[in-house]
Amino acid sequence: MTMQHMRVRIGPATFDIRSPFRAPVEAARRLYAEYPQGSDDEIFDFAVAAVPTVWWRRWYRRSMTFRADYMMEDIVPIEERLGLLGFEMAVNMQMALGYRRDIVLHAASAAQGDRAIIIVGDSGAGKSTLSALLSYSAGWRHLGDELALIAMDDPITLKPYPRPIGLKNQSIAVMRERVDGSRFGPELTGTMKGTVRHLLPPAGAIANMDVPARPALIVSPHFAEGVAPRTEQMSQSEAYMRLSVASTNQLQLGEPGFDTLIRLVREVPAYDLHYSDSEDALKLVADLWAKAG
Amino acid sequence: MGESGVTPSLILHEALRHPSTIGTLGTRQWNALIRVARAEMLMATLGERAAGTDVPDKARLLLDEARAAARRNHDAARFEVLRMADALRDSGIPVVLMKGSAYLMALLPPLPGRNIGDLDIMVPRESLADTERALKGAGWLSVKPRGTYDDAYYRQWMHELPPLAHEMRGGVIDLHHTILPLTARLTPRPERIFEHAVRPAALAPGGETDALPDNIFVMSPPEMLLHSATHLAYDGDFQGGARNLWDIDRLVRHFAKAEGFWDELTIAAAAHDLTVPLARALRLAEALYETPSPPSVRGRGDIVDRLALRKLRGHDEYGQGAAPGAQFLLFLRGHWLRMPPLMLARHLWTKWRARRGEGRREAPQNAR
Repeated sequence: MTMQHMRVRIGPATFDIRSPFRAPVEAARRLYAEYPQGSDDEIFDFAVAAVPTVWWRRWYRRSMTFRADYMMEDIVPIEERLGLLGFEMAVNMQMALGYRRDIVLHAASAAQGDRAIIIVGDSGAGKSTLSALLSYSAGWRHLGDELALIAMDDPITLKPYPRPIGLKNQSIAVMRERVDGSRFGPELTGTMKGTVRHLLPPAGAIANMDVPARPALIVSPHFAEGVAPRTEQMSQSEAYMRLSVASTNQLQLGEPGFDTLIRLVREVPAYDLHYSDSEDALKLVADLWAKAG
Repeated sequence: MGESGVTPSLILHEALRHPSTIGTLGTRQWNALIRVARAEMLMATLGERAAGTDVPDKARLLLDEARAAARRNHDAARFEVLRMADALRDSGIPVVLMKGSAYLMALLPPLPGRNIGDLDIMVPRESLADTERALKGAGWLSVKPRGTYDDAYYRQWMHELPPLAHEMRGGVIDLHHTILPLTARLTPRPERIFEHAVRPAALAPGGETDALPDNIFVMSPPEMLLHSATHLAYDGDFQGGARNLWDIDRLVRHFAKAEGFWDELTIAAAAHDLTVPLARALRLAEALYETPSPPSVRGRGDIVDRLALRKLRGHDEYGQGAAPGAQFLLFLRGHWLRMPPLMLARHLWTKWRARRGEGRREAPQNAR
């Protein structure tokens, strides 16, 4: 099988991406053109491949499944046209299952100067949209929209992992009003999460992907139609539980992982955010940020 | 790989045997080595072996990451052993730790770096029900509901009960009463394993281990090796074989230091009807890791050895299996050894129907 092939570095990890399907690799190359491209002469972190579900599915009713260093069993096969999304999922899975050098948190994050906000919440709560708004409408440096890497050092730092932001459904239009079309990837319709479109973070976020920041505020967004904007501070134990549950590897990191999250919730205030409108969300964050001083 | 037929698998085997050789690897070989080591669950072991060797910075980072993960894995595995021991402390039932948890609690040389999965333990068959009850009382629940085909199959034909998962922590115990399925063509004698079982501290270098209740044991050295060999060479299709053979290599080199070990091993193998799988495991270990053993115990190679070696050496530079023919034949052999043909046919038929049923139930959700 002749393989299409590329390597790309996102924050601390370099990925080797390959497939006999040409289109998804080319789409990934276009999407990641501004990222550091790994060379053949370097040791990379994770390999990810999209292969035909069955050999003939390479040509007829094209569908692919994924092979990688770390994989969950029973990945649902996907159509060739959604290959880019499959790569994104497989890449995230390598970080979630295989990366053990830092605590991996299912969270978005952004920084002002050397101080950072961590945005935790379930899928669909508004993490990606809020982090996109912060970086494109409020001048924050985008650190990541899906995974936050918390280094187990003293003081605690957050390592950027600024993948393209995965916007879903209505938030695509929200951001399209604010950002030039050239920063967007192709529109992927009919995915498990509806319509998905990737938004490249501002160029500065990619250029500074090796510059860490110190966490100063934790928020958990709750977007819902028709609610009045308000914030509610979490107790330290509540914040710990939310972060621990949001982590893919903290329990496997044992005592250092436990100690780091405990220190984090002692040092950094955490809030629930309720809003129905993106301008309100930005204002709530700005107020809390000023208070966190 | 371009270089004179040295496959990625062979780079791994050579790196484990002679860690100093990895100093000369090029970048492409390093990438292949890391993929194969991860696929074979030997990355942390490789990291431990290479601890004193000069390697590229990025390789060091990835090897150290795996070593640290293995240490955490050992903490978690030790915790589960101690919780299990607590739950069975007052039962008076003799409990034999198997495989990884035995190496862990007796500090044997597959450690450090050896990843430890589910907690495998063995009790006398007549104590199974009491053991299961005690574990259930302490929070371990069966993952196969009573009355299903799978549950009944385990209970009637297997060497273990369906896995028991802890309701809070998720840790899994595989509760055995012998070392091969009851349907297998060979029938080892579990009672001999209990007769010869020893306390973990008796095997540990220096005799120091975690304090465990009096009813917790590990197998005697010959039987521990026999179990590992049987698991590799008889019960299965050599999947993960590089790791299991590495265990065997480490155990052999460690146990064979004792006077009379090979004689005891030969006697135990005959008593358990396991001479053939032991010989095969020793031959394969010699082929991969130059594991020393007396030629009389090792015996002569055959077609299954050749198929197994094709598979064991057949990973490509992304760690994927690259010997599909050998793989398929070994899969057939594994099932053939595990159960008589009519029973196999019935089993596969039932499983196929169940899968088809699942596919039908899922179909409406997948349709768009």
